Amino acid sequence: MHLDHTHHGPAAVSADAHRPDGTRRALRIGLGGPVGSGKTATVAALCRALRDELSLAVVTNDIYTREDAEFLLREAVLPPERITAVETGACPHTAIRDDISANLEAVEDLEDEVGPLDLILVESGGDNLTATFSKGLVDAQIFVIDVAGGDDIPRKGGPGVTTADLLVVNKTDLAPYVGSDLARMAADAKAQRAELPVVFQSLRAEPGVTDVAAWVRGRLTAWAA
Amino acid sequence: MSRAALLVLADGRFPAGGHAHSGGAEAAVKAGRITSAASLEDFCRGRLHTAGLVAGALAAAAALGVEPRELDAAADARTPSPALRGAARRLGRQLMRAARASWPSAELDALAGEFPKGAHQPVVLGVAARAAGLGPADAAYCAAYESVSGPATATVRLLSLDPFDATGVLARLAPELDRVADAAVEAARRVLDEGVDALPAASGPVLEIGAEWHAAWPVRLFAS
Ligand SMILES: Nc1nc2c(ncn2[C@@H]2O[C@H](COP(=O)(O)OP(=O)(O)OP(=O)(O)O)[C@@H](O)[C@H]2O)c(=O)[nH]1
Ligand SMILES: [Mg+2]
Repeated sequence: MHLDHTHHGPAAVSADAHRPDGTRRALRIGLGGPVGSGKTATVAALCRALRDELSLAVVTNDIYTREDAEFLLREAVLPPERITAVETGACPHTAIRDDISANLEAVEDLEDEVGPLDLILVESGGDNLTATFSKGLVDAQIFVIDVAGGDDIPRKGGPGVTTADLLVVNKTDLAPYVGSDLARMAADAKAQRAELPVVFQSLRAEPGVTDVAAWVRGRLTAWAA
Repeated sequence: MSRAALLVLADGRFPAGGHAHSGGAEAAVKAGRITSAASLEDFCRGRLHTAGLVAGALAAAAALGVEPRELDAAADARTPSPALRGAARRLGRQLMRAARASWPSAELDALAGEFPKGAHQPVVLGVAARAAGLGPADAAYCAAYESVSGPATATVRLLSLDPFDATGVLARLAPELDRVADAAVEAARRVLDEGVDALPAASGPVLEIGAEWHAAWPVRLFAS
């Protein structure tokens, strides 16, 4: 039930594709995955790749600091008013899945204050393999793992690996040093995910975030259609 | 009206943002005032009879239909710490979203329109209770219970306190919770004749000071 067509004031609910004024809201993409897998580095690289063609903003969900937001500010990937940090009370998965209200406020405030926006990236605090984003918060989600966390992670599966709209296996440059078998990771991911896409990337070497950026552009095209 | 709506509204999993707040417990743990189930109980008792009583009376008055704008101003006046006022408004805004999705009502819409960045959480709670068909006592119970359940849950995470001990604390406080809720409703009824000055103005100075101290930490687990 959408009361907003008859009443004024901010929207009652969250997942509506339109803002209270009737315009289409920004596409929201979540990035989740274990601690240190490269979520913030991927967000930073995506901002650099897309900021000249799109109006962008970022929400971070640190577990107990503002490190991710501060890293993005320090790297100057976006102007400061386009980066918001949400505090998660020791439970990052709760803030992106079970009780998304603080994150929804953050994305809505960004649209109000720096909009119109095409895309908002929401980074989850590093968590475990079961952490996924609510559909009420994001339109699509990327799960970022890395080769150094063990090459058996795709085989172990879990909701993030199995159901994310895009699985990113990051830090492929480290594979030789940690003895990770990329072919095996690819085969296991394929077995878990069937037709869902998987990208192997290293942000330390060309072409860096190119494949993920292309995937994001594809989602945006579908969203705007 | 459905009495069971109270269970929905009071459920700790009601998605209204409470999980990210410790109700002052994080500051109290760091300061060494909460170290065990016994000191958690002392802390919760203090909070119940101060912040809990005020929140209960505000919520009950809002549930009785007292003008939310006046109640919100009364809540500001009873909350010296700017950090706590900010937290109460953020939580009010988050509760507003969950309440409007759960119990669509013109009164909630009007409140959201008037306070787009959030009214004090107990005021929103009272209007939400009204929208759910609940009464002032229900609203007072919700607010008073939240004033102790939040710190208890947070302390389980902060101190790795045995969760059974923390739940035992809440159970032991139940008779006092009854009395606080009764007092809150009585005060709220007086507001109908005497105005918002009839609301209790109990406050815990250490809670207020602790909130300001906590808000300045660069590293913390909870938002307040
Ligand atoms: N070698 C290598 N290091 C990388 C790559 N991507 C990220 N890193 C490094 O990995 C470390 C963690 O990266 P972050 O982007 O902070 O990881 P995160 O997933 O955001 O971490 P949390 O938010 O703490 O969970 C940093 O030191 C990055 O520079 C990569 O492709 N190769
Ligand atoms: Mg990060």
